[in-house]
Amino acid sequence: MTEATLHVFRGDKTGGELRPYQVPLTEGMVVLDAIHYIQQHEDATLACRWNCKAAKCGSCGAEVNGKPRLMCKTRLDQFKGHPVTVRPLAAFPLIKDLVTDVSWNYRVNQEIPPFTPARDDTGPWRMYPEDVDRMFEFRRCIECFLCQDVCHVLREHDGTSRYYGPRFMVRIAGLEMHPKDTVSRAHLLRGRGGIGFCNITKCCEEVCPEEIHITDNAIIPLKERVADEYFDPWRALLRAFGGRREPRGT
Amino acid sequence: MADWYEARRYDVLVVGAGGAGLRAAIAAAEAGVKVGLVCKSLLGKAHTVMAEGGIAAALGNVDAKDSWEVHFADTMRGGQRINDYRMVEIFAKEAPERVYELERWGGLFDRTPDGKILQRPFGAHTYRRLCHVGDRTGLELIRTLQDRAVHSGVEVLMEVTLSRLLKDGDRVAGAFGYRREDGRFIVIGAKAVILATGGWGKVYKVTSNSWECTGDGCAMAYEAGAELMDMEMVQFHPTGMVWPPGVRGILVTEAVRGEGGILRNAKGERFMQAYDPKKLELSSRDVVSRSIYKEVEAGRGSPHGGAFLDISHRGAEYIKKKLPSMYEQFLKLADVDITKGPMEVAPTIHYVMGGVRVAPGEGASTVPGLFAAGEVAAGLHGANRLGGNSLSDLVVFGKRAGEHAARYVKGLDRAPRIDDGQADEERRLLLRPFDSGNTENPYELHADLQEVMGTHAGIARTGDGLRAGLDKILSLQERAERMRAAGSPLYNPGWHACRDVRFMLTLCEAILRSAIERTESRGAHWRLDFPDQDAGWGRKNLVVRRGDAGMTVSTRPVPEMPSGLARLLEATA
Repeated sequence: MTEATLHVFRGDKTGGELRPYQVPLTEGMVVLDAIHYIQQHEDATLACRWNCKAAKCGSCGAEVNGKPRLMCKTRLDQFKGHPVTVRPLAAFPLIKDLVTDVSWNYRVNQEIPPFTPARDDTGPWRMYPEDVDRMFEFRRCIECFLCQDVCHVLREHDGTSRYYGPRFMVRIAGLEMHPKDTVSRAHLLRGRGGIGFCNITKCCEEVCPEEIHITDNAIIPLKERVADEYFDPWRALLRAFGGRREPRGT
Repeated sequence: MADWYEARRYDVLVVGAGGAGLRAAIAAAEAGVKVGLVCKSLLGKAHTVMAEGGIAAALGNVDAKDSWEVHFADTMRGGQRINDYRMVEIFAKEAPERVYELERWGGLFDRTPDGKILQRPFGAHTYRRLCHVGDRTGLELIRTLQDRAVHSGVEVLMEVTLSRLLKDGDRVAGAFGYRREDGRFIVIGAKAVILATGGWGKVYKVTSNSWECTGDGCAMAYEAGAELMDMEMVQFHPTGMVWPPGVRGILVTEAVRGEGGILRNAKGERFMQAYDPKKLELSSRDVVSRSIYKEVEAGRGSPHGGAFLDISHRGAEYIKKKLPSMYEQFLKLADVDITKGPMEVAPTIHYVMGGVRVAPGEGASTVPGLFAAGEVAAGLHGANRLGGNSLSDLVVFGKRAGEHAARYVKGLDRAPRIDDGQADEERRLLLRPFDSGNTENPYELHADLQEVMGTHAGIARTGDGLRAGLDKILSLQERAERMRAAGSPLYNPGWHACRDVRFMLTLCEAILRSAIERTESRGAHWRLDFPDQDAGWGRKNLVVRRGDAGMTVSTRPVPEMPSGLARLLEATA
């Protein structure tokens, strides 16, 4: 039987190193299978997160050969016998081995005003397919945080205090474009959300396992919305005199 | 309070953050009590996320003739009439409102051309009834509830494993466990505890369930003295992936058949014509699973011991829109393009109908202060669950458990006391695998127990086989006393596995003991030595409880339906 060589990061807050493991290859094997093999046969203390093993829960993100991926979806045969390195997501504080502290993301989510329909609009609602179709893309997000990991602002500029990151631009886009939502999050986007920090390099789109067009379909329309609301002179005048909420729509 | 643990206190503690736990937490918080929600994984990763096909509710948006009465009758018939009819009635009546509520909370379903929630056909549902979003309905449900919960004042504790319910006399007083991150112990004082911990599919090797599905909640309830029911009823989903080996058991949604998928054997025959000519591929899950099993036994199986499921005739565009994750899953993991050819599928353990016995509509177990909702609770699905009924179960009974727990808490005259002795006892049990001298590898024991259950308590059972399986499980329980963990309590999967294995061995014993007792075939429970249904057994549920000398099994009469409801079953038969 042929074997794969994996170099897996082992360590914790105090430091660590890549350690080599030999794992027997089976047909269709993915990186997560190899990690499980190591846990079961070589070292049960190797820490990783996983749940569904079918690319639906977004738990098993790691950097495989330098690229953020879901381990459950990363086939080993694509590496054609070359060694494979597996490291934890670098944008988040390390807990142990492949497990990082992603709790910041959950705190951000809590800051975003939730879906808020009109109080007297209790449904059942009529929403036509053409009204909701574009939102399904945003709702597909499995919160694997690979986009957060690869985002330059969060990763290299320690931007977690300035920018919510692509995941939450997608989340906000899904709320803002919902035909029944009545709250504007433009102020949040411009302020704590930090949408201005995104310089549209599209790295987040490249790693998204759900192939969400994060930049084109979420971030850019949201940037336009913020620009409309804050930098359109006519609207500024309206706001100064009327103080009325803007009509919705992108 | 001792200084060796982190202490928390809530009015209501919800254990598990899948659909039932989240809905229960929201309901309890809205009732004005302080709620803590504990999950073993990160929030939003619970097994509900894997639900694909949809949520069953008689909205009548596509088939106007649908009604709660028909949903009631379908569910009772699917469960082979050992379900608790009172739960089924509540369920069928309230499911539609729970779906509309999800929509009001931001959940988004596929639409009909005239703007209503779209519904698709599913196995053994008379009408098109499953509200859905492509094949990722569970994700939509969990994300909607998650966002609602975190904005309802619910305090969420992520990556905490609870391993023991604490009691004050007969009453529940909270729970004890540890933080997975660093092994730090935690005592959560609570006036009421709601178990929403899901199932225990991980006692089988070929399963659609994730690592979390080890039945902690059910086993803790048993250890705390609660009664369990219908433990012999374990559902095989007819269509799990078969090949390659690493994906064996991963779910292939019933929506493939709902959207027109056809099952064929190796000879190209549409074999469901022989087993259920009327419903064909959309027969109930127990029937389709057994049919595939029989085809394989007769030598007509696919190359890797299953059947072929073909949806390619619906065209690539339709498949990618309605079954996007199935398309992706087969393409990426199995190199199969389902828009061009068939998938290979075989039965996989998917769901447990049995669990904690609860008061219908309230979710109260037989232990005061202990509630259960969702898969961990028994009674709704009887001997077989219909597809799509699980998601509606979660929201209907999650809400009710949350409300009733809050009401129970408000009616208490004094808060239960925490007994540090119980916590300390559990701490010692948890730490035992670090003792030198232990030799057993928990992963090996887990694989062994899965082997036993697959061999002896699988899709086809016999009395002798079940008894032999029970002997093996009892000896594994002895070996489990000597499990070993290396390293430290810092995020240590090998150590975590030790407690999981103990829980699973308890549930294996309950499944086997119950299955031995039920000397008939009904729903998911198929006895080769008793191949027919028995009218006497049709009036009985099996109840498991902890006795002084170990596990006991007894029977309980199935609640008798009033004539008005009984007539519904005849009317739509």
